[in-house]
Amino acid sequence: MNLEKVIFGFFIVLAATLNFGFFIGDIERPELHHIYELAAALVVSLIATALKFGDRTQIGAIHLSTSLVADLQLIAAAITWAVAVHVTGEGMTPSVMSSVVSLSGGALFANIVSVIILIVETVMMRR
Amino acid sequence: MNSAFFLVLRRMRAPIIGLIVIYAIAVVGLTLVPGITPEGLPAPPLSFFHAFYFISYTATTIGFGEIPNAFSDAQRMWVIICIYLTVVGWSYSVVTLIGLLQDKGFQNTLTTNRFRRRVRLLKEPFYLVCGSGETGALISRNFDRVNQPFVVLEKDELRVQELDLQDFKSDIPALAADARIPDNLLLAGLKHLKCHGVLAVTNDEEANLGIAIAVRLLNPKIPVIARARSPVVMANMASFGTNHIVNPYERFAEHLALAVASPSRFRLIELLTSLPETPIPKPHRPPGGRWILCGYGRFGKALAEHLLPTGITLTIIDPTSAESDQNITGHGTEARTLLQAGIEQASGIIAGTDDDVNNLSIAVTASELKPDLFVVTRQNQTANSPLFDAYGADFNMVPSHIVAQECIAILTTPLLAQFLTRLRDHDEAWSQSLVDRLQNLYDGLTPTVWGIRLNKQEAPAACQALMDGQSFSLRDILRNGMDRSEPLPAIALLLERANHFILLPDEDFKLAAGDQLLLASPLSTRHNLEFSLKNANELAYVLRGEENSGGWLWQTLRRS
Repeated sequence: MNLEKVIFGFFIVLAATLNFGFFIGDIERPELHHIYELAAALVVSLIATALKFGDRTQIGAIHLSTSLVADLQLIAAAITWAVAVHVTGEGMTPSVMSSVVSLSGGALFANIVSVIILIVETVMMRR
Repeated sequence: MNSAFFLVLRRMRAPIIGLIVIYAIAVVGLTLVPGITPEGLPAPPLSFFHAFYFISYTATTIGFGEIPNAFSDAQRMWVIICIYLTVVGWSYSVVTLIGLLQDKGFQNTLTTNRFRRRVRLLKEPFYLVCGSGETGALISRNFDRVNQPFVVLEKDELRVQELDLQDFKSDIPALAADARIPDNLLLAGLKHLKCHGVLAVTNDEEANLGIAIAVRLLNPKIPVIARARSPVVMANMASFGTNHIVNPYERFAEHLALAVASPSRFRLIELLTSLPETPIPKPHRPPGGRWILCGYGRFGKALAEHLLPTGITLTIIDPTSAESDQNITGHGTEARTLLQAGIEQASGIIAGTDDDVNNLSIAVTASELKPDLFVVTRQNQTANSPLFDAYGADFNMVPSHIVAQECIAILTTPLLAQFLTRLRDHDEAWSQSLVDRLQNLYDGLTPTVWGIRLNKQEAPAACQALMDGQSFSLRDILRNGMDRSEPLPAIALLLERANHFILLPDEDFKLAAGDQLLLASPLSTRHNLEFSLKNANELAYVLRGEENSGGWLWQTLRRS
């Protein structure tokens, strides 16, 4: 067993699961999507990205790119949230909530791709 | 770029993850701790947005204060923890980054990448100079002076740094790397489309050999010029087709023998192959008769081989060589030894050991014994130039100068070799008249010898004019582009047309497209003439005195 692989897999799967946890639920209802879940998903996703730094293989490059996509989507969701609450003062209306959740949905897709690559990589592994 | 970028990412992985975790803890903590209103009533904790804002300016030690409201004591307690956590996190990242930037390996990667990029971006034909010792530096300086781009590979990092500090006109791509390694040669643009030749002029014979064979195998199309000292290495280089092998000892011996046998022809060769725009060397007139040769190594042997056929008899002084005169003891640095060798009857002496101090000592002692002796000195180190200049030998041999001169002459003017081989058919009077013309060309400085082909690339305007049926002679184009009543100070040495060579073509010689010319002139004349041959408007002025403006509209208006 390789501790590095454990940590790597842990963060990638955790990023996907947290993202999924935030995403699941009626898209318009703020009470079903807690901000802490979004924060946790974002932080874990950032850590997963940092873990992927410096791998020069082809698979490593795709890993990194999917993670960057997820980060981008989650940061966009967080900014949308902050703008709605603090800048425009509009609050979490159904339309704002649905755009935040759909952005996180995009991130979820990237995270799923990331998990699939992880699985493919594991299957290909010969040692 | 890529490898350096990935290296940074890999090294920064731990500090970045650390920072993310610390930020997450700090921000989440702030969103949980309750705040207080200005009236002292409990208020809800900061939102994520405000928490992140606060941590961002606190962690980076900007510290705007407690925004938006004054904090509660509970919040302040948490902020104390956050401050220490984040400062540690940032310091760790910054220290790691600085450590990485100071890392020798990382800096090497950066310089190599920069070098690779600069070589790749070279647009003009360039030469690859391997070795930046005395010879390499001399070649570099002269290339720089004639605006010839080049790339330098040198093993010694200090020398590369010196190269950066010298005031070259252009910025030279130079890398501290071993040129014997083929990868480094490729990095320096061996297979670059614009690489027009390689000069292997390191101090190490084996390295020069290695470079020569690498060039032969990796890019057989381009010429390689290698410096060699021993006959074995020369033969080895010749065996796989090194284009030109420069052996300074052989070359000097040839020159000295030529100076004895036919001084005017030697003088002509000396003028044409010396470094351009340097003071004209004083003429050497070595006498025949009996000479004393001190030092019988590779240099001494080469000298003996070339001097004996000219009718000179040699007395060799060398304590270690079997071929030397066994009755004479010592190096030749003492008067006793020189007297034993018969300095009273000798007409010349060669101080040719591999030790500069000994050579000077021999020369000074010999001049004291017999002031009218012709003294030839061998100078091994450029650094000793002031000593040799102060002594002022009749003929001083500096190996690095000989190699540099020959490399530059061959590379910059391929026609020059053709010219020099054709000299043998002419007598001394012919050479002397040409020497006189060359010496009067440029006050006290040696001329630049250069070639130009009247084709689309090198002289588009002249080529087009000739193809359009215009006819002009050498005299017509050798005119100053600023004032055509003034002739340009230049001598056409050789003209090549379809592999036929015409030595010293007449001023009235009619030119044709595709002709290749070898000219001797000052550098400024070269620029003047090149510009006239390249620019159609300038050419029209030089040939016919017409002042054309370039525009199509203006020309049409004038014609109508």
